[in-house]
Amino acid sequence: MATTFQLNGKSTTLDADPSMPLLWAIRETAGLHGTKFGCGMALCGACTVHLDGQAVRSCVTPLASVANRKVTTIEGLQSKQAKAVQAAWVLLQVPQCGYCQSGQIMSATALLEKNPAPTDADIDGAMSGNICRCATYARIRAAIHAAADSAKA
Amino acid sequence: MSSQIIPPTLTARRAFLKSAGAAGVAALTIGFDLSSTLAQASAAAPAAAAPFAPNAFVRIGADESVTIVAKHLEMGQGTYTGLATILADELDADWTRVRVESAPADVKLYANLLFGMQGTGGSSGIANSWPQLRDAGAKARAMLVTAAANQWHAPVAEVTVEKGIVYHRPSNRLASFGSLVKSASALPVPASVQLKDPKDFTLIGAKPARVDIPAKCDGTALFTLDVEMPGMLVALLQRPPLFGATVRSFDGAPALAVPGVVKVVQVPGGVAVVAKGFWAAKQGRDALKVEWDDSKAEKRSSSTLMDEYRKLADQPAQSVRNHGDATQALKGAAHVVAASFEFPYLAHAPMEPCDAVVKLDATRCEIWYGAQFQTVDQANAARAAGLDPQQVSINTLYAGGSFGRRANFYSDYVVEAVSIAKAYGADGTPIKLQWTREDDIHGGLYRPMYFHKMEAALSADKKLIGWRHVIVGQSIMAGTPLGPPGKPDPTSVEGAATIAYSIPNISVDLATTKNGIPVLWWRVVGSSHTTFAVEAFIDEVAHEAGVDPFTFRRQLLENSPRLKGVLELAADKAGWSAEPLPKGRGRGIAVAEAFNTFVAQVAEVTVDEKGGVKVDRVVCAVDCGIAVNPDIITAQMEGGIGFGLSAALYGAITLKDGRVEQSNFNNYRVLRMSEMPKVEVHIMPSSEKPTGVGEPGVAPVGPAVANAIFAATGKRVHAFPFNQGDAAVGS
Repeated sequence: MATTFQLNGKSTTLDADPSMPLLWAIRETAGLHGTKFGCGMALCGACTVHLDGQAVRSCVTPLASVANRKVTTIEGLQSKQAKAVQAAWVLLQVPQCGYCQSGQIMSATALLEKNPAPTDADIDGAMSGNICRCATYARIRAAIHAAADSAKA
Repeated sequence: MSSQIIPPTLTARRAFLKSAGAAGVAALTIGFDLSSTLAQASAAAPAAAAPFAPNAFVRIGADESVTIVAKHLEMGQGTYTGLATILADELDADWTRVRVESAPADVKLYANLLFGMQGTGGSSGIANSWPQLRDAGAKARAMLVTAAANQWHAPVAEVTVEKGIVYHRPSNRLASFGSLVKSASALPVPASVQLKDPKDFTLIGAKPARVDIPAKCDGTALFTLDVEMPGMLVALLQRPPLFGATVRSFDGAPALAVPGVVKVVQVPGGVAVVAKGFWAAKQGRDALKVEWDDSKAEKRSSSTLMDEYRKLADQPAQSVRNHGDATQALKGAAHVVAASFEFPYLAHAPMEPCDAVVKLDATRCEIWYGAQFQTVDQANAARAAGLDPQQVSINTLYAGGSFGRRANFYSDYVVEAVSIAKAYGADGTPIKLQWTREDDIHGGLYRPMYFHKMEAALSADKKLIGWRHVIVGQSIMAGTPLGPPGKPDPTSVEGAATIAYSIPNISVDLATTKNGIPVLWWRVVGSSHTTFAVEAFIDEVAHEAGVDPFTFRRQLLENSPRLKGVLELAADKAGWSAEPLPKGRGRGIAVAEAFNTFVAQVAEVTVDEKGGVKVDRVVCAVDCGIAVNPDIITAQMEGGIGFGLSAALYGAITLKDGRVEQSNFNNYRVLRMSEMPKVEVHIMPSSEKPTGVGEPGVAPVGPAVANAIFAATGKRVHAFPFNQGDAAVGS
């Protein structure tokens, strides 16, 4: 059964089990590998994508539920805030193993697109669903503040 | 060949950087996409000549690329960048031209010089590679210099190198590395070369940007999860619910009824569902019916095992350190301090659950994954496949974390993947074995559970005169090629038997237990529990002696200048002697030596009315010899502190009647953003040889927090983790 939705700005039809989590549809059917599998239960955030601009965990989002909606993955990031986040991630040398970082960047971008000047508490609220076992948290926090500053400029 | 070249412009460098990033990915995919990669490469560089490859660690291309071959796994610790920095500095390469690719499995060329086999661990990557890569870089440089000198008829002594350009200043000539590739390749490799004076280092001690970071910020970094090949299938393996259980019987029909499921096969580790994708394999596995034979399985609870450990601590045990007469000192002591400490099993829980892609046929086995013990895995994979190790090739990809999990003598998930490919038919079909998070948390190879019993003797004038320490727990090394029977396992006692404090009478004993729960090293290995016990207990002894815990340690570290150095640095930067923190808050200190790196940390905590612990700030001082890349050292201390805190605050794998009670990040909790303290890292200047930083930062944080909890509450913590219901604070 096919599901049609906007994937990174393009109308996309994926012929896959409609109950399949969006994560696997993106990865295995659409062939976009930046979004990662970490827990399968929306506990770690490695699979975070944007659904109509909101950060969601694609590992528990059925493919059928995104029909006719807009999905953005790390490969499709375009906004000023997204570019500022990615640049800050490189500048502050955030990643270690890197596996969770697509999800971290998606959550951080969604935060900045709604809140151009997040406080530490805002960052805690938006980012505590994203686990990093390398514990790059301090750099993630600093990079979000840096990205907020540069996106404002 | 022109001797007058224009150094590349900034624009060209940027363009190169972009293509180098793409090439970095291509290099990793070369094993399974050789034809198209080569086609792209030759299209991009029509004049590609043979590179200059004077040794196994560096290739310089006519296109000016400097490819450094990393024998160690990049799992987040920054080793690709550290290794490349060492070689590139001696080579005087242009850092913007440097790219890194992983070495194939080849023990002759790429053995870890501290292990005698190819593998990454024990924070040894930089330490063992330091002389090797300096030599490799310096020899390559010498040959490029000779090639240029020959070409210019100039004395070698007048030739200099800077950022990939060879100069003869007296005649105002220069040549790029790329232009010298052909002539340098014709020269003999010098038997020995002069290494740089450390004052002339240009990259070492600077902070060259990590080579792997751009691809890790745009989703293009290639992990095992991301490997795709034409016709590839995905397998999930149903493992027994108890360690040591085996398959009695199974019914594969319900799994085969799931659309997309291709085959159900039995392998030594369980029953595998092989399907056209993860989701079908997952649904197939969920539908599978397996009857288990648990007659030989471990059915005890971890609490039962801990009861046994407590009793064993009072029995005679194997001596691993005996100096003076601790028993006599305790008998004659004016004051005796005693405490015991309990540490649970811990899972590594790297963000990327274990996975491996195998392509197996009758004569060849090729594997793609985050290989950490290439030589061991190659042998184990060969045995599982029924091939010779030479017929097994390994493509080492980025690993999404490991913390020790991927370095094991059993090659557990690699053998599973090969066994599935064999049972499937060994017909060359690529098969990806994918673990779920539940597979990972239930998957064994945990940091062992330990019990520590400690006693200290103080003289009438409150001097520490005796120390007795008994450790009870499973051996990590027993039964492995590195664990000879009967000998105490050094990984059970490191950090305890090697206690740095000057104490006239010391005894350290080990009672090694056996049970059916598979165990393995976990980041910082033995020091993950020994440092905890030693540093929490010495704090209790200092308190009993009425001496400030910093001063007490300092007095006992006269013979350990580097440990004393970091202790003083951390205390100074943390404001140890400043005003006490307000009520409900406290400061604690701890030190550790692990893998010849010295670390001290001061933790500041807040404890709420319910005993909940929040760590506010950690100040860390580290002495790891010459700081190859200070930013990566800082990052590893930050990450090590966060990792250690996960365990100290929340980490515990428990078993009830043999069943692991945790399954995912909801009940195997790890540190999250809101719980990460402020971390300040200070690196001790040093001219000693560099040592590793991937693990040592983990060791002191738990006891520093335990000691801070005491400062905040007056209560000692003896069972871990801290934040676990009533067991939180207070004993």
